[in-house]
Amino acid sequence: MTCGTGGEEGGRERDNGSGPGEEEALFSALLEDSTEDLYEHAPCGFLSTLLDGRIAKANATLLDWLGYRRSDLVGRRHFSDLLTVGGRLYYETHFGPLLRMQGEVSGVALELKAADGSRLPVMVTSKVKTGIDGQPLLIRTTVFEARDRRAYETELLRARREADQERDRLKLLNATLQTTLLPPALANVPGLDVSAYYHIASADEVGGDFYDLFPLATGTWGLFLGDVCGKGATAAAVTSLARYTLRAAAVYDPDPAAVLANLNTVLNHEYNGDDPRFCTVVFGLLTPDADRGGFHIVLASGGHPPALMMRADGTADFLPTPGGQLIGVLPDAHIATATVHLAPGDTLLLYTDGLTEARTAAGGEDRYGDDALLAFIRDLAPSTASDTIGAVRVLLGTFGTGVDDDTAVLAVHVPRAGSEERH
Amino acid sequence: MDVRSRNHVTVTGRVGGPVVMLAHGFGCDQNMWRLVVPALERDFTVVLFDHVGSGNSELSAWSPERYSSMDGYAEDVLELCRELALGPVTFVGHSVSAMMGVLAAAREPEAFAGLVLLAPSACFIDDPDTGYRGGFSAADIDELLESLDANYLGWSGAMAPVIMGNPERPELGEELTNSFCRTDPGIARVFARVTFLSDNRRDLSQVRVPTLVAQCSSDAIAPPEVGEFIHAQIPGSRLTTLNATGHCPQLAAPEETAAAIAAFARAAG
Repeated sequence: MTCGTGGEEGGRERDNGSGPGEEEALFSALLEDSTEDLYEHAPCGFLSTLLDGRIAKANATLLDWLGYRRSDLVGRRHFSDLLTVGGRLYYETHFGPLLRMQGEVSGVALELKAADGSRLPVMVTSKVKTGIDGQPLLIRTTVFEARDRRAYETELLRARREADQERDRLKLLNATLQTTLLPPALANVPGLDVSAYYHIASADEVGGDFYDLFPLATGTWGLFLGDVCGKGATAAAVTSLARYTLRAAAVYDPDPAAVLANLNTVLNHEYNGDDPRFCTVVFGLLTPDADRGGFHIVLASGGHPPALMMRADGTADFLPTPGGQLIGVLPDAHIATATVHLAPGDTLLLYTDGLTEARTAAGGEDRYGDDALLAFIRDLAPSTASDTIGAVRVLLGTFGTGVDDDTAVLAVHVPRAGSEERH
Repeated sequence: MDVRSRNHVTVTGRVGGPVVMLAHGFGCDQNMWRLVVPALERDFTVVLFDHVGSGNSELSAWSPERYSSMDGYAEDVLELCRELALGPVTFVGHSVSAMMGVLAAAREPEAFAGLVLLAPSACFIDDPDTGYRGGFSAADIDELLESLDANYLGWSGAMAPVIMGNPERPELGEELTNSFCRTDPGIARVFARVTFLSDNRRDLSQVRVPTLVAQCSSDAIAPPEVGEFIHAQIPGSRLTTLNATGHCPQLAAPEETAAAIAAFARAAG
């Protein structure tokens, strides 16, 4: 069996013992395929244009695709004449300048207009041919038919647009959900200046921090601030459960340790399977101190970072609640309590660990930490609630994307008698 | 925000010389002027900048409110003039930027020694009612937006340039890639609309500073009638037709373009 001019059978035949002489004959037969023929009938369109875009040469493949005779184009038409009007605008504003500046532009998606008015989606690559002196002489362009590819890309674009819309929708949903997890306004407590701030680390996920300040029986107020482990919808569900449990438990028995014990029981009951959910919380009960002025505060903490107390005399320190355990892990979590007097001029600051765990340089390893926070607060003291929250906001701003967890801060302050800072 | 970094301002050329401010059009950035700058630097203080949303401008400064109309861009030009405080400038606006110059000069003529409107158009869309021929229909502009979209996928990767004949200095290519590929597709769409859908024909007669209308011999974007229209509408303006073909004479014929700018700016400044 003699070999044909190609085909799979021929290939196998040669492997099965055809001599090297026969192979050479085959190749030389193929090589009679002249370069001229290769140019004219290459599987892509070739086009040479002068620098002003006038068509100087085009191969048969391209003429065939477009249905033009050579004499229709060469010397008569410009490359941009072959483009759709939109494509021409794109060519003149992007492709042309880039080609001038870079000498080459590749992979540009365009549509060519055929003689019969139909359109041919193509991918175009152009390169400027320069003379020996580096002066540009003409532009060589290859044109690849891209009908299927364009259809695929159009589909990709559609999918991308859809994904962008979905992402916007998700952000909106998250932002809405987040606001529903926070109180629309904190209770107005006579004689107390209150301020809070919630820093959202990621618009793509709902965080698990929460806080509230609300009235209890006449003359007492409850406040809490906490952090549910994890993020997203599951964390949001726990946050919601924690908030209404704390509010209800405080009505039932306002003793802070009892409130947290109730929350602990509820979380243990609700998430008792292989998906335990827990949180850290600090709960406070505020009562005006008729004798000394200011407020009497009982704080209970379940595994939460210690509150900071800023005194009127400018000193500041942590308010330790040691030994308090995470809420929702053990059936009988130990809850630590502390009692403190908030005198006129004093400020109590509650915060979640998003603040102390923030990376001080984006991408770096260093965390802000307790010591740095204490130093910061000592510099700040004495301060009002809103000034303290304002300063923390600025601090968080300096970390930028280094704040990788949501952060909640809540400050309460007793204005000095007769001072203008009273709200 | 600092106006200089917002618009990625570059000031070069002769200190104390008459000031020429070069404003690029839709599509590219201040690199468009790279071939004419050397010829202008000897005699002039040359100010280059990127429109907000293009090139190395600060994208955070871009807002759809400000940059959905020519007024926002014209206001930027005036802010640049104030901030740089170099005295009256000869403003050279290419393509869409020509009308930014017209609006800015109409608002604060004292900031300008003169205007060079390079390959300008007052309105790209045909207006059959008045017989004005801008060269395009609204449907054509939609088609351009499709072209922008079609090249959105491959924009950053496929446009990677040959490294300017400087393979030993890849940072040049890097700079160019970044600069050219930075146009956010969303921003490009808005800028395309401003460019091709604005109608500034009525603003032309407000110009009271010396003006040179410099059009190209064969421009697929701005036909010769448009240049003549602009010339007729701006009182006292001069019209010149460059030998350069295409829409970007500063690239196609930099010497001729620089000479036209220099001659005008010398007389104006």
